[in-house]
Amino acid sequence: MLRSSRLAAALLSFLLFALFVAVWHVMTLPGGGGQAADSEYAKLLGSAAASGQKSAMPSPKDVALKMWEHVKDPFYVRGTNDQGIGIQISYSIGRVLLGFGLAALAAIPLGFLIGMSPLFYRAFDPFIQVLKPISPLAWMPLALFTIKDSATSSIFVIFICSLWPMLINTAFGVSAVRREWLNVARTLEVSALRKAFQVVLPAAAPTIMTGMRISVGIAWLVIVAAEMLVGGTGIGYFVWNEWNNLSISNILSAILLIGLVGMLLDQILARLARAVTYPE
Amino acid sequence: MSAEFLKVEGLSKSYPAPGGGPPLLVFDEVNFAIDKGEFVCIVGHSGCGKSTILNILAGLDEASGGVVIMDGREIAGPSLDRGVVFQGHALMPWLTAKKNVAFAVKSRWPDADKARIDEICQRYLDLVGLTGAEHKKPAELSGGMKQRVGIARAFAIEPKMLLLDEPFGALDALTRGVIQDELLKICAATHQTVFMITHDVDEAILLADKIMLMSNGPRARIAEIVRNTLPRNRSRHTIHKDPQYYPIRNHLVDFLVSRSKEFTEQPPADFDPRHPPLVTPGLDVAPAVPESLVAPRVALKPVVVSIRN
Repeated sequence: MLRSSRLAAALLSFLLFALFVAVWHVMTLPGGGGQAADSEYAKLLGSAAASGQKSAMPSPKDVALKMWEHVKDPFYVRGTNDQGIGIQISYSIGRVLLGFGLAALAAIPLGFLIGMSPLFYRAFDPFIQVLKPISPLAWMPLALFTIKDSATSSIFVIFICSLWPMLINTAFGVSAVRREWLNVARTLEVSALRKAFQVVLPAAAPTIMTGMRISVGIAWLVIVAAEMLVGGTGIGYFVWNEWNNLSISNILSAILLIGLVGMLLDQILARLARAVTYPE
Repeated sequence: MSAEFLKVEGLSKSYPAPGGGPPLLVFDEVNFAIDKGEFVCIVGHSGCGKSTILNILAGLDEASGGVVIMDGREIAGPSLDRGVVFQGHALMPWLTAKKNVAFAVKSRWPDADKARIDEICQRYLDLVGLTGAEHKKPAELSGGMKQRVGIARAFAIEPKMLLLDEPFGALDALTRGVIQDELLKICAATHQTVFMITHDVDEAILLADKIMLMSNGPRARIAEIVRNTLPRNRSRHTIHKDPQYYPIRNHLVDFLVSRSKEFTEQPPADFDPRHPPLVTPGLDVAPAVPESLVAPRVALKPVVVSIRN
């Protein structure tokens, strides 16, 4: 029953994909639509548009071929502006992991402190409430001005945007640890450090992991925009650069890759979350 | 047996009134003593402050007035000398049964090596009949088994005194009976001093040497202390056949049904909270117990028994 329904779902997924590709294919058939209507535009696009034969929008086949090219040789370097998509995405992943990691190192201990003490909770709350809704990209000019380094600035932006969900979730998870577990620790005269690591941390771990999962998702969203702004390297820069080259095939390949890596990051954290979750 | 192992004097607890009026007095002038090796139950309606008294004994709560002295020292804060079995078992769900016990054992003997800790945990898990379930997480255990882990954890630190907060309240009658028997056996073997809260009159008669009856709150008091005069080798299977059983039971039920409320409204003129009357309803009626009171297992109606104060 379960097996067959899963099979049916997979089949339906495949059909949806096939339908999508078919519609896409039909839309990009040569000669369709008022392609070379604007002569200015035709001049800009050069021979391809002037002939009126081919759409600037690539067909599924073009994109597939482009992707195959990227898959075959993802790590080439032909000058600063022409590097393999694998190298570009590695830069982005590196920045996200670094910024996210630093944010975790700051947010989890601070969240512990805030969650443990109602005084700190109340003292920190106004700052968190104000800082949390700020778009991480709004920090970019300030970061560029103070850090004076574009690569470090994008890491800082990742740091800032991954900080809040982890901080809030850690504080909430720690403050919501069941009173009876803390009472057990108290009656056993457990030291504060042992209580923090062996009672509070495992009890709050699922909530903390949820915060980390939200953070990494946001960080991955923000890195693309940040790299478009600062330029140089990274998948965001790659997308912007290919926009300047008007290579829609490359842009589509990058979009798909961004989606796949984002899914992978989410899955890794989901698996980690499952490892620390306990059934009540 | 050294007398008065634990002494509670003039204990009171009050909370500030929400409207800023006079503080809300839950109980006051609570006085009692527990001898070493004695099993004491406290019975009373919800809200009379039984759990608060237990938490004060455990060091988890602070009294508004009065002192608790155990073994010649005043209780200030929680201690490994007092093992607590919590109402909702309070096991850590991310640890297995054995690791839950080991958490307590490591707290008691921080320098013990792994093998020794393991040996102690195993011994106490065996004692409560959990052999074979050591590596299960609490979610995989039944309610009764979870409560047994809680008992094993409290016993494993070899406390001077055990505090049980309605440990069997959430269990079905059958499981409860089995664990009660086990608890009796363990207590008899270890000569443990126990203070226990219960709502179950039969449980109190089976387990306790002394049953303290608390009047209704606010301003609850220990109205009287019932000495359980049934022989100490009580068993769940034969206890109800003892001629003393129903007189004691009726006395307790009668208190809970009506006298606990009457007491709060109008305490007896000669009541001295520092020396609550010690009664022995079992001896008052025995041995001339009418057959009708002993044999039938019909629904029991409280029977008014003469009180000596």
